[in-house]
Amino acid sequence: MFNHIVKRIVISIPVLIGITVILFIMLNVIPGDPVALMMKEHVSPDVIARVNAQMHLDDPAVVRYFRFIIAAVQGDFGVSYKLNRPVTSLILQAFPNTLILAFAAAVFSWCIGIPAGILSAVRQYSFIDNLFMGFSLLGVSMPVFWSALLMQYVLALKLHWLPVSGFYGFKYVIMPAIVLGWSSAGIIARMTRSSLLEVMRNDYIRTARAKGLREIPVIIGHALKNSLLPVVTIMAIQVASLLSGAVITESIFGVPGVGRIAVNAIQSRDMPLLQGSILFACVLVIIGNLVADILYSFLDPRIRHEMQEK
Amino acid sequence: MTQDVSIECEPGGFTAPRDLENESFLKEVALAFVKNKVAIAGLCIVLFLVLIAVFAPFLTPHDPYAINLDEQLRPPSFHNWFGTDKFGRDLLTRIIYGTRISLVIGLVPSFISMIFGSVLGIVSGYYGGKTDFIIMRLADVMIAFPSLLLAMVVMYTLGASLFNIFIALSLVGWAGIARVVRSQTLALKEKEFVDAARAIGVKTRVIMLRHIFPNCLPVLIVMFSLGIPEAIMYEASLSFLGVGAQPPTPSWGLLVARGKEYLFSAPWVAILPGVAILITVLAFNFMGDGLRDALDPYMKD
Repeated sequence: MFNHIVKRIVISIPVLIGITVILFIMLNVIPGDPVALMMKEHVSPDVIARVNAQMHLDDPAVVRYFRFIIAAVQGDFGVSYKLNRPVTSLILQAFPNTLILAFAAAVFSWCIGIPAGILSAVRQYSFIDNLFMGFSLLGVSMPVFWSALLMQYVLALKLHWLPVSGFYGFKYVIMPAIVLGWSSAGIIARMTRSSLLEVMRNDYIRTARAKGLREIPVIIGHALKNSLLPVVTIMAIQVASLLSGAVITESIFGVPGVGRIAVNAIQSRDMPLLQGSILFACVLVIIGNLVADILYSFLDPRIRHEMQEK
Repeated sequence: MTQDVSIECEPGGFTAPRDLENESFLKEVALAFVKNKVAIAGLCIVLFLVLIAVFAPFLTPHDPYAINLDEQLRPPSFHNWFGTDKFGRDLLTRIIYGTRISLVIGLVPSFISMIFGSVLGIVSGYYGGKTDFIIMRLADVMIAFPSLLLAMVVMYTLGASLFNIFIALSLVGWAGIARVVRSQTLALKEKEFVDAARAIGVKTRVIMLRHIFPNCLPVLIVMFSLGIPEAIMYEASLSFLGVGAQPPTPSWGLLVARGKEYLFSAPWVAILPGVAILITVLAFNFMGDGLRDALDPYMKD
């Protein structure tokens, strides 16, 4: 077990390094001279050269990359051009908001997705099944920004039930969480349904039925536990993608989170802030996938025993 | 590591190799597709959208770019079926012209990433060894990079414009395809017909193109058709965030973003273009799901 976890962590390190390389090339090498870009044409070339030398921007890209990595490992992502504050502190300040939003969305999607999936599987091809699967498809096909505006219009502007935007308390979390969690709820419902249907075809389910158990104990006591295995993995992966995918939701609902930082950084062409926030989101996704992977091998007794034997 | 939930990547887990030129197979697929009412509905909507995109100028008397400040934010009426926007432009006209953008954005980057993905996947799977290692580690990185964020970074670097979205989305999509095609190739290259081709001295390039690629087509068609709605959605999201198409382009995402400011006084400006996105994405999803079920019964959930 321990070896497996270590192996997984070791495998994800090159992926992380690859991401930093791509990010560095995209943001530091392709755009060209940052000082010249920022100061426009009304500055003499020697000033640009001097500032470049001062900030060590005239070093070869490889040297600059290693300097960036060494600083990043120590938690230093540079200073924001526009806000003039360390990127790390800006991100850490915003992260709890993103975390609250993502967690609320995840809880929403579990509470809706798993029961909906179970009901759909139990009543396969029924009206309820079609209804839930329709909602699930709708969740995947609906643009997040559009469903957000629709909810804002109906729930906030027309019915005055919830505040339009901002992030000051529980009431402010409800709408963004539903909007962000809907498509995940749909995916979880589909996953639960198909996985439960597959498990229900197994021999041991037939045995349970044959010994006279009623349908509900068969599902809850025998089928559900095994069918939720892939669902749990998807759930862990989704927490990560919710964290990174909150970009649109955060900017619509005015949630001061990491996603909004990234969007604002693009709009104000604030390279260090963009680099820091994107890298931060990528690290979260990688950790989420890692947890999903480890969780899966830990929960699935077939894989667990196989590893213990080795 | 993958965020893909719908497609398994086990070697050979997708389809058994089939002869695509075999008429009965094609007939079987077509029959299965036609029987699927939802898929046919999706196909009809898609064809309808294509017609709208092609004949856009003939469908509407208005100009999508002509500013008319006397008619700002008019509600839907007989003259302007969907009302007008902030600059007095007819919203229906702009949505109709937006169909062109969304369809092209859906098709072109998906096609480019399909070509890159299948070439890299086949090369990776067929040669194995170092080539395979390098391509697959690159694919790992691309898959671990959240797509929307990667597209945002590309848009930052290249600048916000419609054309750069093509590049961003082509860069995002290839890795998942390469991974699946590789696993297909791994299974296929062990088959007798590939051995036979090799034995009679067929060149490697020809084996890849004529023997392996056609057998990857079913999975490629499915991935391509399901990549279209995804690309449309990414374009709309990027344009909505202001890092995609720029005004006055009638991109649907941009229309929603502009309408957001008048959500209370003129809700139709934001809501109606979103309906267009929803219908288009739903139709392509219906069609893609139908194709998947028809081409490979084992993939059904």
